[in-house]
Amino acid sequence: MTTGVLNPSHYPARRAATVVQHYLNTRYGSPYRWIFLSTVHSGSAEDVAEMGRKYQLELTMQEMISNVSGRCSAELLFPGGEGQSAPQVQASCEGLHQSNTTAQEEAFYQQHRASNNLASGNDIPDSYGHMEPSVKPFWQLGGVASSFIMLRESNESTLYNMAQVANFTQLETEKDQLRFNYHVLLHEMISQEIIHWKLLVTWSPAQGVQVLQTELQPKCRHCEAPPNTTN
Amino acid sequence: MKVLLILAALSVAVIGKETFEGHQVLRITGKNEFQHSLLKDMAEMEHLQLDVWMEPIDLSTPVDIRVPFTSLQTVKAFLETEDIPYSVMIKDLQVMLDEEKEQRLSAARATEPRTTDDYDYTNYHNGDEIYSFQEMLVAENPKLVSKIVIGQSYEGRPLNVLKFSTGGTNRRGIWINTGIHSREWITQASGTWFAKKIVTDYGRDAALTAILDNMDIFLEIVTNPDGYNYSHKTNRMWRKTRKPNPGSSCDGTDLNRNWDAGFGTAGSSGNPCDQTYRGPKAHSESEVKSIVDFVKSHGNLKAFIDIHSYSQRLMYPYGYTATPCNDQRELHDLARKAITDLASLYGTSFRYGSVMTTIYRASGISIDWSYNQGIKYSYTFELRDTGRYGFILPANQIIPTAKEAWLALMAIMEHTKDNTN
Repeated sequence: MTTGVLNPSHYPARRAATVVQHYLNTRYGSPYRWIFLSTVHSGSAEDVAEMGRKYQLELTMQEMISNVSGRCSAELLFPGGEGQSAPQVQASCEGLHQSNTTAQEEAFYQQHRASNNLASGNDIPDSYGHMEPSVKPFWQLGGVASSFIMLRESNESTLYNMAQVANFTQLETEKDQLRFNYHVLLHEMISQEIIHWKLLVTWSPAQGVQVLQTELQPKCRHCEAPPNTTN
Repeated sequence: MKVLLILAALSVAVIGKETFEGHQVLRITGKNEFQHSLLKDMAEMEHLQLDVWMEPIDLSTPVDIRVPFTSLQTVKAFLETEDIPYSVMIKDLQVMLDEEKEQRLSAARATEPRTTDDYDYTNYHNGDEIYSFQEMLVAENPKLVSKIVIGQSYEGRPLNVLKFSTGGTNRRGIWINTGIHSREWITQASGTWFAKKIVTDYGRDAALTAILDNMDIFLEIVTNPDGYNYSHKTNRMWRKTRKPNPGSSCDGTDLNRNWDAGFGTAGSSGNPCDQTYRGPKAHSESEVKSIVDFVKSHGNLKAFIDIHSYSQRLMYPYGYTATPCNDQRELHDLARKAITDLASLYGTSFRYGSVMTTIYRASGISIDWSYNQGIKYSYTFELRDTGRYGFILPANQIIPTAKEAWLALMAIMEHTKDNTN
C-alpha cells in the first residue's frame, strides 16, 4: 500500500476520492443534485495503528445538473481488521451548494406526492444511453441512493459507479416522504463485475435521500438483463 | 342437434399450410342466447379449424372469427341458414399480411444506408450493420481499403480487419482495435467513425496523408463479435466471449486477460464465472489467437492500440508488473502530448500513465503482449466518460468522443512514423 504523498494520477488517490464522492451524495444528493469527482489535486495516506489507513485529499467535485464545481478537503479512514466495515469520511467543500435546486425539488416533490399516479420505469438509461426527460430525476435519485451502498461497500481495492437503474417503482407516500423500490446495477471497476442491489428509498426536500433497506441480489449465473426495446 | 350434424357432415379435410390465403375474418353478432350457444359450438368444431380472434363479452358484442378458406362455404351456409348476421371484416388475410409486410420492409429499406455517407455515425449499430459498413467502405475506396478476415469467433462470425494502404510491400504498420470488451459500445462506434475519417482525410489532411504514404493502418472494429451480439440481444453488460467453460455453468473468457504476457498471474481470475476470467490457457480464444497470428506473420507493426471504455485514460505497459517498461520515459511523454491534443478539442481531461499505476494490476493484457513482441508504441485507451453514464454513453456523445480520441491517435501515429523505420 502506498504511504506518504500520493500521485494524484495513480489509482490509490483516485479510489479514495471516489469514496468521498459517494459520501457527499449521501449527505447532499437529491433528484436534482448529483455530485461527481472532477479532479484529485493532492493526497497522502498513512497507516494508523489499531485503526486502519487514513487518507487526506484535496479534490474538486462537480455537481452534474447545475455544472457547479467546488473545492473540497477530505479525510477518510478505511478501517483495518477483520470483516468489512464502511469507510469513515469527513469532507468540507466550498461552492458546491451554490446550485439552487429548491424550486425544482419542490416542484418534483409536489408532482409526485399524491399517490394517484405512481411512477415507475426500467432500463434507465436504455442501451443507447437514452432516457425520457421526465425520467431523468428518477435516474439521478437512483444514483444518489446507490451512493449509500457504494460508500458502505468501498475499500482500497474497489471503485464503484452506478451502471444503470434496472427498474424503479414508486410506492405510496408515507409520512410526507416519497418512497421507491429501486433495482440498480453497480459496476465495480477492479473486478469488472456488475452487482445487482435492490433498495427501498425515501426522499423529500426536507429530509433528503434515505435508504431504508438494501438487498444484494445473488450473482445469478445465467442472469440476463430484460431485453431492451431496440430494433 | 341437426344443425351440428350438418356442420359435421360438411366437414372438409383441411390441408396444413402456413399461409392464410383466402382466409376471411368474419364479424358475427348473435341475436340471442341460442345463437350465441350455436356459435360457441361451431367454434369448437375441430375440423373447421376456426380461430376466434375476439370472444363476445355479452349478447351485444360481436365475435370475430378467422375462417380458413376451406371452411368458408360451410360456415357461411350455416350462418345464413340460422339467420345469424355477419359481415366480412377481412376479405383475404394473406393479402393483408403481405401488404403490411411490404410496408414494413420498405420503411426498413429507407433507413438502411446505401453508402458510408448516409451511415448514421450518431447512433450505435449492431454487428451486422457494422459488417455492412465495412463492405461499403471497401467498395467505395477500393484503392485505399481492403478487408482481411483474420479468423472467426467462437460462434463462427468473421473477424474482419480493415487495411488502409497506399501501396508498398509489407510497410510499417499501425494496429488499432476496438470492442474487445463487448459492452464498451462507444469503442466500436468510434472505430467506425475512425474508418470513415481515414478515407475522408487521405489526400486532404497533410498529416494523415503523410502517415498513409509511409505506413499502413490496420483497424479491427468488432474484436469480440459474439459478445457484441449478446450485448445487443440479451445482456447489455456482457464483457467476455460467449464460449462455454467445460465444467462450469458460466460462459465466456475475458479477451483482455487471455494474452501471453504474465498470463495466469495476479490481475486476472481463474474462475470462469468472473468478468476477468483469463481462460484455460493463453490464446485459448480464437478472437485473441487470430490477432496474435496476424501480428506475428505481419512482422512489421510499430504501434498497437487497444481501445476500451470507460474512465478517460491513456495507458502504456505494463499491467502485469510494477517494473517500468524500458521505454517508459518516451511513452509517458508521448501520452502527455496525445492527451493534450485530445483536450484541445472540448476540454475533456484524460489521465495517463502505466496500466499498473493508473488503473490496477491486470495480467494477460493485449498491450503487454504486443510490447513484449517489440511493438514499442503500445497503448490502451479508456474513452468517455468517468462514470456518470459509464458503459451506456448517450449516442449523442459518439462523434465528440471519436473526434477527440482521433487527435490522440494522430499524435501517436505521427510520432510512430517519425521515430521508426
